[in-house]
Amino acid sequence: MSLFRLKEKIIQGVFTVLAFSSLLFLVGIIFVLFKEGLPIFKDVKISDFLFGRFWYPTYEPPEFGVLPLIVGSFYVSLGAMFVCVPLGIGSALYINEMASYKQKAILKPLIEILASVPSIIYGFFAMAILAPFLQKTFNIPIGLCTLNASIILGVMATPTVCSLAEDALSYVPRSFREASFAVGATRWQTLIKVVIPAAGSGISTAVILGMSRAIGETMTVLMAAGGAAIIPTSIFDPVRPMTAAIAAEMGEAPVGGDHYHALFAIALALFLITFFFNILAEIISRRFRIKLGLSG
Amino acid sequence: MNQNTIQKIGFGFLSFSVIATISFLFIIIFFIAARGIRVISWEFLTAGPRDGMTAGGVAPAIVGTFYLTLGAIIFALPLGIACAIYLCEYSPKGAVVNIIRLSINNLAGVPSVVFGLFGLAVFVKFFNFGASILSGSLSLGILVLPLIISATQEALLAIPHSIREASMALGATKWQTIKKIVLPAAVPGILTGTILSIGRVAGETAPILFTAAAFYLKGYPKSVFSEVMALPYHIYALMTEGVYPEKQTAIAYGCSFILLVLVLLVSGLAIFIRQRQRSYYHG
Repeated sequence: MSLFRLKEKIIQGVFTVLAFSSLLFLVGIIFVLFKEGLPIFKDVKISDFLFGRFWYPTYEPPEFGVLPLIVGSFYVSLGAMFVCVPLGIGSALYINEMASYKQKAILKPLIEILASVPSIIYGFFAMAILAPFLQKTFNIPIGLCTLNASIILGVMATPTVCSLAEDALSYVPRSFREASFAVGATRWQTLIKVVIPAAGSGISTAVILGMSRAIGETMTVLMAAGGAAIIPTSIFDPVRPMTAAIAAEMGEAPVGGDHYHALFAIALALFLITFFFNILAEIISRRFRIKLGLSG
Repeated sequence: MNQNTIQKIGFGFLSFSVIATISFLFIIIFFIAARGIRVISWEFLTAGPRDGMTAGGVAPAIVGTFYLTLGAIIFALPLGIACAIYLCEYSPKGAVVNIIRLSINNLAGVPSVVFGLFGLAVFVKFFNFGASILSGSLSLGILVLPLIISATQEALLAIPHSIREASMALGATKWQTIKKIVLPAAVPGILTGTILSIGRVAGETAPILFTAAAFYLKGYPKSVFSEVMALPYHIYALMTEGVYPEKQTAIAYGCSFILLVLVLLVSGLAIFIRQRQRSYYHG
């Protein structure tokens, strides 16, 4: 009996230890980013780093201003929002409110498949097909630009926004809709005035996570955005988002040098931005569940 | 405008969104398949690159992607399943579990390039594995861990509590119940999660950029400490490096086509299995 219990205890102990691995990795990532990123601030002031307008890491003397990269990331991601928010939420509403059982059985897997297409394929598509198309259509010197990256990122983030928004919509109780129909509202009125407000915070979680996904996306923007570290003045200017700078330059940056540490510092900033978005989404979705009387 | 017209316009927009979203999928598949299929030949699938990456095949990249994916799954699957078992079966409710849940959620949201940097600093430099299959697999494994954990959790939660209670009532211990009753019932769910993870890992590029991948290598990798070629990295390199952009783009189409077919088959399979299971549970 006691041997039995000992064995049970040991097994439980093993599972407990293994379960902490995910925590360990997250802490490990944070630790590494701080350890390798902070040394850059010995040579460069934080304010010069964050607000410097020039990113010339290989010049002599080098300049480490990441403002163009941060602006690039936000610019491209905001552009993506114009694609993925209407399309993602529109699709989610269609699937939840209009689709027949059969349509749902086809549409949901298709959207999941769109989500499973690797980012390198999106990047390749943007570079080989979308960019030349834009170049011709808008008669611009080069197709690899903010617009190109925004469109493809938006397409990529659409399934994310759609599935999350669809989840949120499916949590709205039937009784809400029935009550609205009972007082004579049309389906559209019910949708706009009852269903969407009820699922509102769930939908905003979907949008936030879509944004977080777009900012963190690497290969697509690396290939599609054109790569110039400038603060863009139009949607046809090329940009170099933070992820693209890290991916493109880390291979050449000498280990332990300023450039190496600067790239880690960018990754740290990137991590903190996405971390903030994820926590925000977590808090909002928890409130949403409490509001609709679902368990946390 | 009367309510009917407004409703028609509104529903028209919703229909448009879903059609647009789905057509993106088909547009991407169509363009890549149309130009990629021309490049595919027996040589393309079985030989290495020749003539400065402008001719020959991509077999080493296919093999490399296979090794990296296998390595990542071998690392992440047992760990992910163990973590999910702890959270669903053992965890005392409370702060500890919340912290682990929160860290899994956040790990899932970490940008993929950050996993690459972590792999570079920890596996390549600190443990001195160098740029190798091992470093790349471990980086990819950490990236895919949250996916495996949540798929396994979902599978475990779908098993009715009464089954566990019946087993305990017969005098089985907790571990016996998990091993003999809960896990076997959860296998299909865990399997779909694993297949989805395979699709995800096979297509990931950013984590292997500095931890494993090389544009050109002579021959096949010899051990877990060798650098490898990998399909997704190969596409990137063909499009951005080298001196014959046109010939390289043709090969990149071929690689993209192979990768797309692989990933779509794998995730399609997982989604299909899950769809059938769901209808099994919910009638």
